[in-house]
Amino acid sequence: MNRYPLWKNATVIIALVLGLLYTLPNFFGEAPAVQVSSVKATVKVDTALLGKVEDALKAAGIINTGLHADLQSIRVRLADTDTQLKAKDVIEKALIPDANDAAYSVALNLVSNSPNWLTSLHALPMYLGLDLRGGVHFLLQVDMKGALTKRLDATGADLRSLLRDKNVRHSGISREGMSLVIKFRDTDTRDKAKDAIGSQQPDLALAEGQDGADYKLTATLKPTAEKTIQEFALKQNITTLHNRINELGVAEPVIQQQGADRIVVQLPGVQDTAKAKDILGRTASLEVRMVDDEASANPTVMADARKGNVPPGTEFYLDRNDPDKKGLLVKKQVVLTGDRLTDAQPGFDGQTHEPAVHLTLDSAGTRIFKDVTRENINKRMAILLIEKGKGEVVTAPVIRSEIGGGRVQISGHMSTQEANDTALLLRAGSLAAPMDIVEERTIGPSLGADNISKGFHSTLWGFAAIAVFMAIYYQLFGLVSVLALSANMLFLIALLSLLQATLTLPGIAAIALALGMAIDSNVLINERIREELRNGSTPQAAIMAGYERAWATILDSNVTTLVVGIALLIFGSGPVRGFAVVHCLGILTSIFSSVVVSRAIVNVIYGRRKKLTSLSIGQVWKPGIVTSDK
Amino acid sequence: MEFFRIKKDIPFMRHALVFNVISLITFILAVVFLVVKGLHFSIEFTGGTLMEVSYVQAPDLDKIRGKLASDGFTDTQVQNFGTSRDVLIRVPLSKDAESSKVGERVMASLNGADADNAPTLKRVEFVGPQVGKELASDGAMALLLVVIGIIIYLAIRFEWRFAVSAVIANLHDVVIILGFFALFQWEFSLPVLAAVLAVLGYSVNESVVVFDRVRETFKKKRGMSTPDVLNHAITSTISRTIITHGCTQLMVTSMLIFGGEALHYFALALTIGICFGIYSSVLVASPLVMWLGVSREQFIKVKVEKQEAVV
Repeated sequence: MNRYPLWKNATVIIALVLGLLYTLPNFFGEAPAVQVSSVKATVKVDTALLGKVEDALKAAGIINTGLHADLQSIRVRLADTDTQLKAKDVIEKALIPDANDAAYSVALNLVSNSPNWLTSLHALPMYLGLDLRGGVHFLLQVDMKGALTKRLDATGADLRSLLRDKNVRHSGISREGMSLVIKFRDTDTRDKAKDAIGSQQPDLALAEGQDGADYKLTATLKPTAEKTIQEFALKQNITTLHNRINELGVAEPVIQQQGADRIVVQLPGVQDTAKAKDILGRTASLEVRMVDDEASANPTVMADARKGNVPPGTEFYLDRNDPDKKGLLVKKQVVLTGDRLTDAQPGFDGQTHEPAVHLTLDSAGTRIFKDVTRENINKRMAILLIEKGKGEVVTAPVIRSEIGGGRVQISGHMSTQEANDTALLLRAGSLAAPMDIVEERTIGPSLGADNISKGFHSTLWGFAAIAVFMAIYYQLFGLVSVLALSANMLFLIALLSLLQATLTLPGIAAIALALGMAIDSNVLINERIREELRNGSTPQAAIMAGYERAWATILDSNVTTLVVGIALLIFGSGPVRGFAVVHCLGILTSIFSSVVVSRAIVNVIYGRRKKLTSLSIGQVWKPGIVTSDK
Repeated sequence: MEFFRIKKDIPFMRHALVFNVISLITFILAVVFLVVKGLHFSIEFTGGTLMEVSYVQAPDLDKIRGKLASDGFTDTQVQNFGTSRDVLIRVPLSKDAESSKVGERVMASLNGADADNAPTLKRVEFVGPQVGKELASDGAMALLLVVIGIIIYLAIRFEWRFAVSAVIANLHDVVIILGFFALFQWEFSLPVLAAVLAVLGYSVNESVVVFDRVRETFKKKRGMSTPDVLNHAITSTISRTIITHGCTQLMVTSMLIFGGEALHYFALALTIGICFGIYSSVLVASPLVMWLGVSREQFIKVKVEKQEAVV
């Protein structure tokens, strides 16, 4: 008797139901949508925003077919592209009163058309790679050496002012390759300098040396410090890229670290590479300027300024902390720029324990800052952030005393979150290290659609050819094999949808190949059953023995194929990786479907029949006697 | 229907030497082609810029070449891609720093060539030199890992003789595929590399099926000589071998027909791999096992172990 225990049948049925459920979203296609995401690090996407979007649409009489919010964005699904464009205008008007100062980006996008209950089960359509949906792919190499030399140059300036403060005489500091060389006349001053630098600059490793009459001190960055600088540079570059790409209004940008020093940027749907490159390379900056206190306190001057009539030598800026949008008049002369900033970290005020942002300036910046604060006590200083050519006052504190040492603290009226965000913004203003584009791929949208249809047709016709052959050659058992193969395809697509693995054209090729290879297991089983019948087994025993004997072979052969898949997964990049993921998953699903699922079907057909005399497995030829076992 | 009506075991092993000489000659030829002609690597490996542009009317390729040459692009390759209106342009890496902007400069040059028949850009691929080198070394590492992984698995599951024979037989497939790519100067790209490695796994899979039978026959039938055991194992699996590969080839043929240019070489590599995979795993791997001195005693020992492994 060939019957499965209840749990095995249940497993097969549950697997099939789950497979169907997660494959389902792929059939619904995609609907036009409008996506709202935050452009500024300080502006969050929350339920209040969701309400705002909903109200705006309601007021305009636009009916949406679904509203979906997650941490990064809000997506509004709409019936057709006309309403999509209308809705985009409405939402833009509601959320962005001033086009020059947008807090949100409103982009056109496509979302799955599947019903909400499917989406809430995380049943989403497969995630298509750029080669299938069109777009731009960049691989950027961060110049880590650049980041380190930048840091060493800044440290060199720091050392100069440190030694001057400590009255240590030296005869020159220079950067030679990846180290700083300081020269001294005698060993005493060198030892003094060594002590001073050692206590002030824990990141430096110092080595003594002699060069003719000069005594040298060679300072290099410690490996741990180097690592920190590199990690920081990469992180900051990614943050900066995020901020800039938001400006492009790309629906689902991918910005990821790859390896130790590379960043992948993928912009689906973007065709204009020139603009994308321009934006990736642009900088946002920080400026410190003095506030024109007299003019800013004068209501009539301010009223004029708001109309665009500013007093000479000043500029009008809005203060981000000021809800009334009164604004400030700031002097045109720039005291400091963000280049002088070496770090910005969120923290707390030492005395009041209020949230604060701690800025670290380089040595030149420190000197300038010290001079300016000494000369401007009791005046206000504005810290401006210039983003996309438009400035905004981040904070404008009153200077209470001279500030030396290069450590500046911004505090007052800040929540911890705001302190975090401001620190991030200040850090994110510019790139920490230069970047080069080392790989670029642009795929037109028509080519993407082309690739999908090519991949789809290859798989479809290949599958059809195999199905026809199997059904003719193995008859009922052939049909069972085809059903198992369909189940395999179902599981594979469901898994890809569930994992949201990126599907590329090589990935589709891997699906086709997985199906072509998966049939192997069924052929093995069917041939074994025929062989058992040929050797005179009863039909039921033949099924039993056929499946059991084939199993060891199937396992062995699939493990070796899996070894290949895993090797490709480890060493592959780009297209090969897409292939490898599907290849591995395909092997796993094929073992289950060709052995367990096909057996379950065979059991249902033949399992309960006690007086089974023949199997529909095509003609079984026996040497000598030709019989049709049909 | 039954294609294979084999009454007696086919004496494959009697002709083993002939098959292996044929293999050796093919292998040597492939190596010669690889050395003499070399592989035509895609820009993914060499670095450079590849552009696919589409015209409304079929353009004159010589005119495009002339225009590009006069605009300072040396060593460019211009060829039709799929249809006469689609053009593929390859620009090698140049020394100047602005190599990542080649795409835009070429487009400007093409637009200037003929304003009435301006092309639309379908695809640009730019690969820097360091990325290409890494891809090549990663590919070699992947191949090495596959070979080691397969040897280890087969050595544990069967016997070292099987592992060594399978790997030799199937590496010879890989070299022959590469030989074809060198001979015809077909483009060797990343998907082709994936196909080659997939073929390696697939052929080993084939050898495993035969070896499995060999092991079973050794255990079940006493008194058979080693060549007879091998003959029996091959004969009883030949039907499955042909049908399985036929089915896979149906799928691959479908890719060749419907997959377009993008999947063409991928499918081609698979086709060659499947054909030689059958040949090598049946007619090369098995004789190698025989010559390495496989015998019945080696399996009696592992019998207990094997049963545990199956359960």
